[in-house]
Amino acid sequence: MEKNNIKKQKHSKRETASRIIMCGPITVWTVLFIVLPVALLVFMSFLTKGSLGRIEYRFTLKNYAEIFNPAYLNVLKESVLIAFWTTLVTILLGYPLAMVMSKLRKKTSGIVAIAIMLPLWVSGLIITYSLVIMLNSSGTVNSFLMGLGIIKHPLQLLYNSFAVIVGMVYMFMPFAVLPMYSSIEKLDPAVIEASEDLGASPARTFFKVQLPLTSPGIFAAIILTFIPCIGYYMIADMLGGGKSMLIGNLIYRQFTVSRNWPFGAALSVVLAAIILIMVRIYTSRGGSMDDLA
Amino acid sequence: MNNEKRENSFRSNGWRTASYIYLAVMLVLLYSPVVIMIRFSFNDSRTNVVWQGFTTKYYDKLFHDANLWHIFFVTLFIAVMVTLIGTVVGTLGAVGFSKTRFPGSRLIEDFIYFPLVLPEIVLGIALLLLFNFNGIRLGIPTIIIGDTTLVLPYVFVTVKARLSGMDPSIEEASIDLGANRMYTFFHITLPAIMPGVISGAFMSFSLVLDELILTSFLADAATVTLPMKIYSMIKRGITPEINALTTIIFLVVTAGVVVYLVSSEMVERKQRRVEERRGEAAE
Repeated sequence: MEKNNIKKQKHSKRETASRIIMCGPITVWTVLFIVLPVALLVFMSFLTKGSLGRIEYRFTLKNYAEIFNPAYLNVLKESVLIAFWTTLVTILLGYPLAMVMSKLRKKTSGIVAIAIMLPLWVSGLIITYSLVIMLNSSGTVNSFLMGLGIIKHPLQLLYNSFAVIVGMVYMFMPFAVLPMYSSIEKLDPAVIEASEDLGASPARTFFKVQLPLTSPGIFAAIILTFIPCIGYYMIADMLGGGKSMLIGNLIYRQFTVSRNWPFGAALSVVLAAIILIMVRIYTSRGGSMDDLA
Repeated sequence: MNNEKRENSFRSNGWRTASYIYLAVMLVLLYSPVVIMIRFSFNDSRTNVVWQGFTTKYYDKLFHDANLWHIFFVTLFIAVMVTLIGTVVGTLGAVGFSKTRFPGSRLIEDFIYFPLVLPEIVLGIALLLLFNFNGIRLGIPTIIIGDTTLVLPYVFVTVKARLSGMDPSIEEASIDLGANRMYTFFHITLPAIMPGVISGAFMSFSLVLDELILTSFLADAATVTLPMKIYSMIKRGITPEINALTTIIFLVVTAGVVVYLVSSEMVERKQRRVEERRGEAAE
């Protein structure tokens, strides 16, 4: 022990230097480009909008009060609804996919996981754009359905909430499958067998044993889908055709068309707060931040 | 894992068939947008409706578009710079934070994770305000700063995951044997966490190549990146040129992913073989 202590002292100066070199850059970066900007955003949300988009340094709570304007509350409601439906569809489609993957050989399931991720890995923007081509009134889906004689006139698939949800599911499902897959993978098959041996039906085993045991993966998937969904404005912009206004679009407008920065900042703070509360719930229930990367 | 057991883990043949059909349907759904896009990029018609014959004229046009090449190189430059800075700062930080606790270090660590959960639009606006308040002109440097902030947590997490699987006694042994911190970092720690560093760098690079929201908030009027260009082209309407451009990007990145996966598989195999041999020698 004593020997160790002497050694430690000898090294301590160098140790400090090396720790500063390692922790220093990321700490400075985080303070400068995350803490400071977020603080400024909060500060801005209490300022007053002057004429011509200028900002007056007068404290006000008006920006937050304005959010309760029914028109804006509606946008908030719409955003949460779209995020909710997207999450639901994503889990319902993704969980069976994760189950199938867990039944495959390890190597095959790895390849399947990459195949699922690949299009998004390349570019989410491109996928969204391809969906515009597909869902067009003269697009692939419509001509396919008309060719089969299922419909006589093209359906309006594009520029509505349906299109936005389809786009969001495409965007987030591949990411949501992975945590569900890894929690199903960790499930001990003996538990399932035990349930069946004790006479439970497959359905009962699934709902009473497998689902509760894999709920951490499902919860991570929900976080991975719901959170980015509320803030993402590109998909609503491209597939919703400007008709479906989400909170992300509303914020974007405050900084471009409307030039009301304080109100945009207040909306951003509210959005960030909602998300941080959700993340808090996630981590307090044992979820790991590392799983979200 | 036991492969034989997994192979027979389907409840019955019926379940197996159903599973495979489901998997196939999902893959078809996921890939149909890509396939349709590629197909129409060769279509000799301005509209994306009917097939009128094979052509590569849109590709010819793209290759001779000097402006597009310029945008391409700007995007590449930003992606390379962000990957370099992000990987170095993120890796150093992950190693440093795994060993050191200082007052407020927990809080800083929480903030490092912020960009993972914060919507990009919020981060973009916050950074825009920062630059605006300090009178910093927007341009390529501000884009690099913003994108680096976005990728840092990804590098941090992947390197951290690798570090947690590492035996700390190896580093201690190196220091006890008289190597200094620097030597130990470059010769012991870095090789051990290299797969994490590489996958972090790879993730950063592909994230930045596709980054639109942050970039458009932090760019000046003169700076355009590839995603920004594609986005503005799409907003003006669907054209075969976008199909051709996105097809090229898709194929190039796919090739990159495949090369990356194959090479990392080979590295891992080699490492395993070395370890096996070491194990035999020890016996």
